[in-house]
Amino acid sequence: MLYARLIVMRLLKAVVVLFLIVIFNFVLIQLAPGDPASILAGEAGATDEEFLRQLRERFGLDQPLYVQLWHYVSGIATLDFGWSYRQGMPVLDLILARLPATLLLTGTAFVLSLVLGIVAGSMAAARVKKPSGSLIMALALIFYATPLFWVALMAVVLFSVYLDWLPAYGMYTVGAGHTGLALMLDVAKHLVLPATTLALFFMAIYTRMTRASMLEASQQDYVKTARAKGLSPRVIQRRHILRNALLPIITLAGLQAGQMVGGAILTETVFAWPGIGRLMFEALQQRDYNLLLGIFFFSAALVIVFNIVTDLVYRLADPRIKEAS
Amino acid sequence: MSFFARFAQNRGALVGLLILIAIIGMAILAPFLYPESPWRMVQRPFLAPMEAEGFWLGTDTMGRDVAAGLMHGAWVSLLIGLVSTTVALLIGVPLGAVAGYYGGLVDDGLMRFTEFFQTIPNFALAIVLVAIMQPSVVSIVLAIAIVSWPPVARLVRAEFMSLRHREYVEAARLVGQTNGTIILRQILPNTLSPIIVLASLMVATAILLESALSFLGLGDPNVMSWGYMIGAARTVIRQAWWLSFFPGVAILLTVLALNLVGEGLDDALNPKLVRERS
Repeated sequence: MLYARLIVMRLLKAVVVLFLIVIFNFVLIQLAPGDPASILAGEAGATDEEFLRQLRERFGLDQPLYVQLWHYVSGIATLDFGWSYRQGMPVLDLILARLPATLLLTGTAFVLSLVLGIVAGSMAAARVKKPSGSLIMALALIFYATPLFWVALMAVVLFSVYLDWLPAYGMYTVGAGHTGLALMLDVAKHLVLPATTLALFFMAIYTRMTRASMLEASQQDYVKTARAKGLSPRVIQRRHILRNALLPIITLAGLQAGQMVGGAILTETVFAWPGIGRLMFEALQQRDYNLLLGIFFFSAALVIVFNIVTDLVYRLADPRIKEAS
Repeated sequence: MSFFARFAQNRGALVGLLILIAIIGMAILAPFLYPESPWRMVQRPFLAPMEAEGFWLGTDTMGRDVAAGLMHGAWVSLLIGLVSTTVALLIGVPLGAVAGYYGGLVDDGLMRFTEFFQTIPNFALAIVLVAIMQPSVVSIVLAIAIVSWPPVARLVRAEFMSLRHREYVEAARLVGQTNGTIILRQILPNTLSPIIVLASLMVATAILLESALSFLGLGDPNVMSWGYMIGAARTVIRQAWWLSFFPGVAILLTVLALNLVGEGLDDALNPKLVRERS
């Protein structure tokens, strides 16, 4: 019962946020240099005023602003994100075609970074005053400070160019015609470099979070009790500290995951991974503002969905959290 | 213990400070050591490092001196990092202060606004803003500031909420100081140390953001930046990896140094925490 209400509340809030983003997008379109009509006319090599007027009429650009806003909002409410003038396709189709690749990449990177981060962070927490613990934290700091796109490029140089272990570009071998298991293996091979480079930065964040959270949990009374009972440090670390430290990590990780969509723009650009990040780069280069804003809207929507899901998982995992929080 | 002694106790912070001084030195010396524009083509393209005298890092795809670009780029990175952080503070501090001090409906409204900006994916928003405003130093600074102020507002709000009922604040209210005076003269000075620590980390993040934007081709076309150098060399990575390598190391070192300095500042400004941690 509580659950249903919670989900409804969350969805309502999400709708409000998305609505605000739509308005924000509309304002940005107005600010963008040149209206689509003059850009199209310019491409067709036409400077004819009459032709421009016709184009404006066809796309409704001659209407007053509030009418245009209404058309824009109602369009998006019916999943019409407008037309990509450059690619000659509806924006929605372009995005939907690229979405699975991005979900695969960010999903893999999220799981990878979370698992590795928790492992590294708990190792560092167990070795607080030892050099090995400091080494883990130093590495985490370095990964945190390294530009994602640069790691990606260096990974290409090392693993594809010099060692020739892994493919550097695309999602599958072009023209290989793999099917079934072979196709999956092929995609997995192409996924290794982009997912790992994207995961590194987030792994660094999760490592630091896990360590801090575990050190905090280790101050708790129940840990002292466990110690007094004579449990081995390893059991205490795993059963008592890690379990309790995990919950805040999952929430924070869920919030952080939104930034992964941003990171995907960079990794997809470097690795020519055919997702919405790469599409955003193409839209940038072609000054395709409709497409750019469509992707922006979608990435925000992805973040919101993701946050709701982690929030629900969190509540399932920890029944102590009631609606109050 | 003095401020610097506490700072210097953190070895990493000292190393960070040294690196940072070196990079500031690079930025200051750039116009003297390389007085000519870093965009000028000075040698044949694709010179490897040390291949020709005077070009110790080689030349890029257009025959421009990589070392000159690196030195001038230091200036741009530091400038954009500092200015955008300042702008972010100018947005975040007043919002957080007002929300935390007044509470109630004002707080609710301002926090909804902050949450909205936190929900939107940072980097995607920055890209869209720069693309629409057209790439320039001003638009980049604004975009970075717009995506980075929410944590400031949250931090300042939390500090204000914990301080607003302290005795010295009640005393100030009793002697008839206005809300504005109390916010500015009584509470704000007591929130400075966490703000300074956060700001040093924000400069680091801003530099990373700027480099990522320039890498995607959204840099100011008139200034040489590290991100642009990596982006421009991306397509020739197979032939000339060093063109991307050195600017990347420069970004890494700068961001690392700022993070280390931030941790040191945290230790120096919040001495209580140090004892608890160790």
